[in-house]
Amino acid sequence: MSTLLEPFAAHYNHWVTIFLMVSGLYIVIAKDNMIKKLVGLSLFQTSVYLLYISPGKILGGTPPILDPRFAVYSNPLPHVLILTAIVVGVATLALGLALVVRINEAFGTIEEDEIFEERGVEE
Amino acid sequence: MEALINMVLLTLMAVVTIGVIRLKGLFGVAILSGIYSFLMASVFIVLDAVDVAMTEASVGAGISTVLFLATLSLTRREETPSLHPPTVALFLALVTALLLIYATFDLPPFGSPDQPIHRHVADRYLAKSVEETGVPNVVTSVLASYRGFDTLGEVIVIFTAGIGVILLLKGRPRKGPRGEDGGASEPIEADAALEGRHGHEPRSMRPKREGGHAA
Amino acid sequence: MKLDLILRVTVKLLLPFMLVFALYVQFHGDFGPGGGFQAGVIAAAMIILYALVFGLEAAKRVVPLALVQFMVPLGVFLYAGVGVAAMVLGGHYLNYSVFASEPAHGQHLGILLVELGVFITVSGTMTAIFYMFAGRGR
Repeated sequence: MSTLLEPFAAHYNHWVTIFLMVSGLYIVIAKDNMIKKLVGLSLFQTSVYLLYISPGKILGGTPPILDPRFAVYSNPLPHVLILTAIVVGVATLALGLALVVRINEAFGTIEEDEIFEERGVEE
Repeated sequence: MEALINMVLLTLMAVVTIGVIRLKGLFGVAILSGIYSFLMASVFIVLDAVDVAMTEASVGAGISTVLFLATLSLTRREETPSLHPPTVALFLALVTALLLIYATFDLPPFGSPDQPIHRHVADRYLAKSVEETGVPNVVTSVLASYRGFDTLGEVIVIFTAGIGVILLLKGRPRKGPRGEDGGASEPIEADAALEGRHGHEPRSMRPKREGGHAA
Repeated sequence: MKLDLILRVTVKLLLPFMLVFALYVQFHGDFGPGGGFQAGVIAAAMIILYALVFGLEAAKRVVPLALVQFMVPLGVFLYAGVGVAAMVLGGHYLNYSVFASEPAHGQHLGILLVELGVFITVSGTMTAIFYMFAGRGR
C-alpha cells in the first residue's frame, strides 16, 4: 500500500465506525418517524459489529478455518460474539417493527410528534 | 491491498449512511439499508470474518429488508419532515464523535498482530480446536462448544423475541372502537396494554405536510 | 401476481437449490464457513421467497404456521436438552466430551446436535416473524 495512506489506514476503521455510530445516534434523536428511528438503531448496532471485528483482523492473516497450509489466522473470538449478535439483532428489530405496526393501528400514525400532539403531551 | 479494499468499502458505507439520513421516502431507506448490509458483509470478508459475512448477507440484506418492506406496507411510506430543527441532536452527535475520535489515537493500529486482543484465549482456541473437538472451523467450535453457554443464551433471546412478535401481531387488527372486535383474537396482555390507550377511531389520513425528497 | 410467469418459474427452479444450500451450510459448518444461525436464516429466506411469489396461503400449506410455532421452542429445548444429557452422563452442563468414548468425537457429536437446535429455532423464528407481518395486512 502506498505510504500516502499509511497514517490514515491505522485508524480508518475506527473513524468510520464512529461515523456510523453517531449517524445512528443522530437519527434516533432527531427523526420523529419510528421506522427511521429503527433504521438508525440498526445503524448503531452494525457499527458495533464493525468495532468488534476490526481489531480481530491481522493483515496477511486468513479466516480462522484451520489448515496446515496457513499459519496466521485472524482472531475467531469476536466473530463468534458478533455472529450471534447479528441474528439476535434482527429478532429484536422484528420486535420493534411489530410494536410500530401496533402503534400505527392504535394511533393511525408512526410519527412521534403527531402521537404526542394527539395525546396532548408537551414535548 | 487488503487495507485499501477495506478503506474503499468503508467509505462506500459512510456514503450510504448519509443517504439513509437524508432520504425521506422510507422505501428508499429500506433498500439503502439492504445495500448497507451487503457492503458490511463485504467488509467482513476482507476482515477475515467469513462466518459473520455470511450471516450479515443473509440476515441484514435479506430478512431485515423484507421485514422493513412488510412494515412499510402495513404503515406508510413517507416520513413527514420534522418541524423543529435538529440542533440538539446534531450537537450531541458531533460532541460524541469528537470525543470518540480523540480516544481512537490511543487504540492499537489496525491489522497489527501484537494488539492486546490477540494475546488472550484466541491462541489456545486456534491451537487446540482440532485436537479437542475435531472441528477445523474455529468459529463453530468456539460458538457451540467452548462458549456453548453463551450461545444458549442467544438462542433463548431469539426465542423470546419470536414469541414477542407472535403475541403482538397474531390475530386480526381491530377495526373501529372497542367492543366490536373484528376477529376473535386471543386475549393477550400486550393487546390490552395498547388497546387501553386509544379511545377513539384512528385517523386514517392526516393532512400531509410537504414531503420533499431530501431534507 | 398471477402474471409474473418468469418470476414464478425462476423461483421454482431456485427453491430446491436454496434448500440444499441451507443444509450444506448447516452440516458443512464444521469444516467451512457456516453453522446453525446462517443455515436457519437461509432456510427461512427460502420459505419467505416462496411466500412472496406464490402468496402466503400457499406457503402456509407447505410449512404450516403450527409447525413453525412449534419449531421456535423446540430448538431451545433440544439445545438445553443436550446440556442436561451431558449432566446425566456424568459431565458438566454442555460439556459434550462424555457423549462418546473419545472426547473429541463426543464434542463433535455435541456440536452437531447443538447446531441443529440453533437451526430449528432460528429458521422457525424467522419464518414465524414473517408470517406474522405478512398475515397482519389482511
